[in-house]
Amino acid sequence: MSKTLFDKVWDAHVVHTIKDGPQVLYIDKHLIHEVTSPQAFKELEQRNVPIFRPKQIVATADHNTPTKDQHLPIKDELSRKQLKQLSENCKKHDIELYQLGHKYNGIVHVMAPELGITQPGMSIVCGDSHTSTHGAFGSIAFGIGTSQVAQVFASQCLLLTKPKSMRIRVNGQLKKGVQPKDVILYIISKIGTNAGTGYFCEYAGDVFEAMSMEGRMTVCNMSIEMGARGGMIAPDETTFDYVKGRTFAPQGEEWNQKLKYWKSLPTENDAVFDKEYSFEADDIEPMITFGTNPGMGIKVNQHIPNSNDTSFEKALNYMNFQKGESLVDKPINYVFIGSCTNSRIEDFRVAADFVKGKKKADHVTAWLVPGSKQVEKQIEDEGLKAIFSEAGFELRQPGCSACLAMNDDKIPAGEYCVSTSNRNFEGRQGQGSRTLLASPLLAAATAIEGKIVDITKHLN
Amino acid sequence: MEKFISITTSAVPLPQENIDTDQIIPARFLKATNRDGFGENLFRDWRYHKDGSLNDEFVLNNNTYKGQILIAGHNFGCGSSREHAAWALSDYGFKVIVSSFFADIFKGNALNNGVLPIQVSPEFLDSLLMTVKNKPETQIDINLEQQYIYLTSTGEKENFEIDAYKKTCLMNGYDDIDFLLSKTSEIEKFENQRELSRVSD
Ligand code: SF4
Repeated sequence: MSKTLFDKVWDAHVVHTIKDGPQVLYIDKHLIHEVTSPQAFKELEQRNVPIFRPKQIVATADHNTPTKDQHLPIKDELSRKQLKQLSENCKKHDIELYQLGHKYNGIVHVMAPELGITQPGMSIVCGDSHTSTHGAFGSIAFGIGTSQVAQVFASQCLLLTKPKSMRIRVNGQLKKGVQPKDVILYIISKIGTNAGTGYFCEYAGDVFEAMSMEGRMTVCNMSIEMGARGGMIAPDETTFDYVKGRTFAPQGEEWNQKLKYWKSLPTENDAVFDKEYSFEADDIEPMITFGTNPGMGIKVNQHIPNSNDTSFEKALNYMNFQKGESLVDKPINYVFIGSCTNSRIEDFRVAADFVKGKKKADHVTAWLVPGSKQVEKQIEDEGLKAIFSEAGFELRQPGCSACLAMNDDKIPAGEYCVSTSNRNFEGRQGQGSRTLLASPLLAAATAIEGKIVDITKHLN
Repeated sequence: MEKFISITTSAVPLPQENIDTDQIIPARFLKATNRDGFGENLFRDWRYHKDGSLNDEFVLNNNTYKGQILIAGHNFGCGSSREHAAWALSDYGFKVIVSSFFADIFKGNALNNGVLPIQVSPEFLDSLLMTVKNKPETQIDINLEQQYIYLTSTGEKENFEIDAYKKTCLMNGYDDIDFLLSKTSEIEKFENQRELSRVSD
């Protein structure tokens, strides 16, 4: 039977199959961070079980870290304790850690790809749902719970039932100003937040083939927001060019061997998926969300739809929006460009390109939070920092920051924030905060204008 | 892990769709480095007003509804993979969550912590919510061995699905680590073979 990309990578990692039950899946790379790992380390210690393959684990500190004065001791006591615990655990078990301030430190889903840790054909897990990001390289990558983190510690494997497969094709050419973020927000608004539950999703078609690796990561990142465990894009020349030469990428003869294998991975022509969707690039416009889940998105110049569903009404009530109204011209006080969805260099280039020579509106607080130390350095090296500071944006240090508001970067209650992150859940960016998800371009434009703008008009 | 075989208890209705793990346990409570005490902050921002006072309208603050079953709307547990959500529910005292749909990662996390997620049909969910809302004292039987949920007052019953392997684990209180550790030599063999095929390629 013809195989899909997902089948090929999954099947290559099956160690054992329980009759009428789950499979034992081998994990190539295990990424960990401070929030979802401490209980797993404890679990192993309690059972007196050693870490099976410490060399296949990479750790970073990202969720709970401050984005200011990272060289100083962390003020928040609990955060400081959590980071200290991560350091101690990694030291004790001989795990490579890129602690706060390290030149490789960053959000786990930004630093691993940019260091070449993420490679095609791999199985990658992390105690974080946006691990789906790494699927952009044609790897199977998915988020796990802390009990599973402990399982991978103990055996480098997981017990899993193979998910079903789905494919989303988008053919044609994207219109000017339509960003990868708009593509994925559009897809989720069409198929809903649980269309992917139980599935691994492959993105295929002209649009993804033409997309940069950064863009592909943005798309795969949000697979979880439609319920899918992971997203994948077939590895191609764009992928190989990106991986080649990175710090932990294979080299020499090993590179040639791997490349040959990677080229054999794409889905065969007659392979069958359990579910398929198809969209036209022509129909996609800059998007924004108006509700409290990522599926509640509209084209920026559309009106909020009508629905009498109680959950829908509860969401509008939380956002203080009315059915049928337009979001264009709504005043906005906060803009956040960051998170593992949109904090790569390309995102800051797009924002800087728009911002250049302009000034942000006086009432807007605009935070730019790079995804990693390397991105931070690129922003400086490419001269983007000067553009942003002249425009009055505040460039902070790398981390998850206002994406989940575990540190001090919180949006105050009742305030709207146009954010490039991935979740607009109630209180996600701070208690009572109201999040509108959008692309870095729309976020940058919002900061300049001080209100939501119909970016399509600006571009034409 | 505690064994789970069957329980009979009343239930708490929470008929909201898409309840995400940020609502179940907000991120600011994830700074702890152990598994205990999360129940205190379960649904924190729904249980309390911003000024810290109790929100009397929220169901967990309503003494009429008690029990070890939480009945929730479609797509329960979406969003973040934080297992703290399962810990919080379990620590608070819930042993079963009933919904018409669960997010994948949450479902796995619940099962790994002895909390049983039961997926029922949307019709059964509606009727269950209605019955419990009108008669909070309604007792519900959950039988894992025979895979059914039964309302003693109305006689309504529905069977539910569960992975056979997971069922055995729950009923015996086993977890996946025990099983995986028993497979170590097979795992090592897999590693060696992969290494060999790579070198000889
Ligand atoms: S940036 Fe946000 S979504 Fe991404 S890993 Fe951090 S907290 Fe999670």
